[in-house]
Amino acid sequence: MITRRIALLGAAAAALIVTTPALAADDLKLPRQAVELVAPPFVHPHEQATKEGPKIIEFKLTIKEKEVVIDDAGTKFQAMTFNGSMPGPLMVVHEGDYVEVTLVNPETNAMPHNIDFHAATGGLGGGALTHVSPGEQVVLRWKATRTGTFVYHCAPEGMIPWHVVSGMHGTVMVLPRDGLKSREGKALRYDRLYYVGENDLYVPKDEKGKYKTYETIGESFADTTEVMRKLIPTHVVFNGKVGALTGKNAMTSKVGETVMIIHSQANRDTRPHLIGGHGDYVWETGKFINPPEKDLETWFIRGGSAGAALYTFRQPGIYAYVNHNLIEAVELGATAHFKVEGEWNNDLMKQVQPPGPILPGKSSAAETVVKTR
Amino acid sequence: MLLAMKIKAAITAAALASPIALTIAPVAHPADSAITEIAAKPFQYRLAGDFSRDGKPAAAPLRDTILPAHIKIMNRQVTAGEYARCADDGGCPKIPHASAMADRPMVGVSWRDATAYAEWLTNKIGVLHRLPTDEEWVFAAGEKIRDEPLALVDPVDPAQAWIARYEAEANRARPDALDPQPVGTFGINGNGLQDLGGNVWEWTSTCFLRMTLEPTGNARITNTNCGVRVAQGAHRTYITDFIRDPRTGGCAAGVPPANLGFRLVVEDKNWQALQRAIVAAFEPH
Repeated sequence: MITRRIALLGAAAAALIVTTPALAADDLKLPRQAVELVAPPFVHPHEQATKEGPKIIEFKLTIKEKEVVIDDAGTKFQAMTFNGSMPGPLMVVHEGDYVEVTLVNPETNAMPHNIDFHAATGGLGGGALTHVSPGEQVVLRWKATRTGTFVYHCAPEGMIPWHVVSGMHGTVMVLPRDGLKSREGKALRYDRLYYVGENDLYVPKDEKGKYKTYETIGESFADTTEVMRKLIPTHVVFNGKVGALTGKNAMTSKVGETVMIIHSQANRDTRPHLIGGHGDYVWETGKFINPPEKDLETWFIRGGSAGAALYTFRQPGIYAYVNHNLIEAVELGATAHFKVEGEWNNDLMKQVQPPGPILPGKSSAAETVVKTR
Repeated sequence: MLLAMKIKAAITAAALASPIALTIAPVAHPADSAITEIAAKPFQYRLAGDFSRDGKPAAAPLRDTILPAHIKIMNRQVTAGEYARCADDGGCPKIPHASAMADRPMVGVSWRDATAYAEWLTNKIGVLHRLPTDEEWVFAAGEKIRDEPLALVDPVDPAQAWIARYEAEANRARPDALDPQPVGTFGINGNGLQDLGGNVWEWTSTCFLRMTLEPTGNARITNTNCGVRVAQGAHRTYITDFIRDPRTGGCAAGVPPANLGFRLVVEDKNWQALQRAIVAAFEPH
């Protein structure tokens, strides 16, 4: 007998402490601002630096359990998501603001959920105070006391990894009130921001090696856990799907534009690399109080963290943005593309001699270059 | 004092395909165990679930109650051998890492597995078998119940209740052995039931409820989550219905249940008459 709700939460007893005073936010006399969240790779409008004082920033996250397709072969996956996307949306606030999140677990879901914000202090990041069964919502407020990019994720007792690798993670960015700075104190700004959330997925296979499908997420639990415990993902993808950020979905920019790339991985280490480009300023650990590193070729994102990189495109064309474990990038899916418009700069790169026959007696094109000077 | 009326019946006899077939045929019953009938009498029951009063955590109320009828319950847990019969018959999911010893309690079963077994047995025998409710289990367990009320602490400070709960859980005794032990290892209670509160927790049919205590003392249900069920044993716990291994809670505080198993309640209107007939037939002193 399968109940309508499949439910979850290793020991829902943790819910004993869940009950918080309902709507007691009035004790804090600060201006409020409600923000409409936007699905990744995009971000809601925000100020990069602000002259205003701290506010209560209100966000609403609705948990959606749903079947998604994760690759071109049509592999179906029982996902758990914040607001329907993998990763969940990026939330941007400023240091000293209060983040007030309404976490909604609609009746149509099967399982209890909660949320742990790495940027928050105490209460297991809010996980201890936010357990919601299907048909419930909870409101949590926490103060953004330190700057940087921080992961958030679902964290129900006993099932944390399964919820996280099923899609329940996202990022909060807490900006310094006066904006980002280089090591020398120079103000840094971006013209656009993209949020790339990397997912390691563990899809069970049948005896014939074909990916298995499940009617409900609860039925996928036992098999998925078996695959997870071997620590070898079947898919490593950006934004929930192989090709979510390529082709028609490729990220776009222009020569001269500065792009901020936020990269999160809630579970597993990764190493972003922009093929043909660099990280001009990189907060590898994502924490803005630490000066950014400069001119990186590849940067390291620790599992359970989010990093930030600034890059100004200098050359048009297609750039691949990959996890530079190239097996994961090419075989398992961790590849995104940037389509950059603008004028080619021959000084930075020029094809001096197109591919052609190997000339007798001449060992290399370099030799030709020297002679023609 | 009401004495618990115990009728031990060789369950082979309970295997009667219908209540009419009173000729005792030695039909092999997959559950070769006895059923104990316990007469209803008043007892104290601490409600299961999560309680709040005025939006703040509150201790679950302790109520004086009585079951509406006598309860007929297996006096031991379902064994691995019995479960295997159901699995072989296609009635229960096969459990990948099931314990090997056929005569020991079946562990590693989810609520769904246990429910499938009850349905299979019901169909096989023609007598309704089901999981007990939490209330029934508490009544049957009698003196084996360890009541754990939530400590009364400052409700304004969530950390106080949290730490209190953590300490209570950390103080729970760990079972000496994690593997299922021979039936009877953990003793027999006053109602004649074996191995209550041992190293196998038992599924109940009770859903996880969120309740608000009103000034009148009534508990109003604000949320029902039947994807999470009450499991009972050395302490009461709440577990998602598809979980087979309760020890997977790596980050969870305290002592999680060692194993998940179950015993069943039997319901049959003619059961009592039937039992008497059976007893008369088998024990003609």
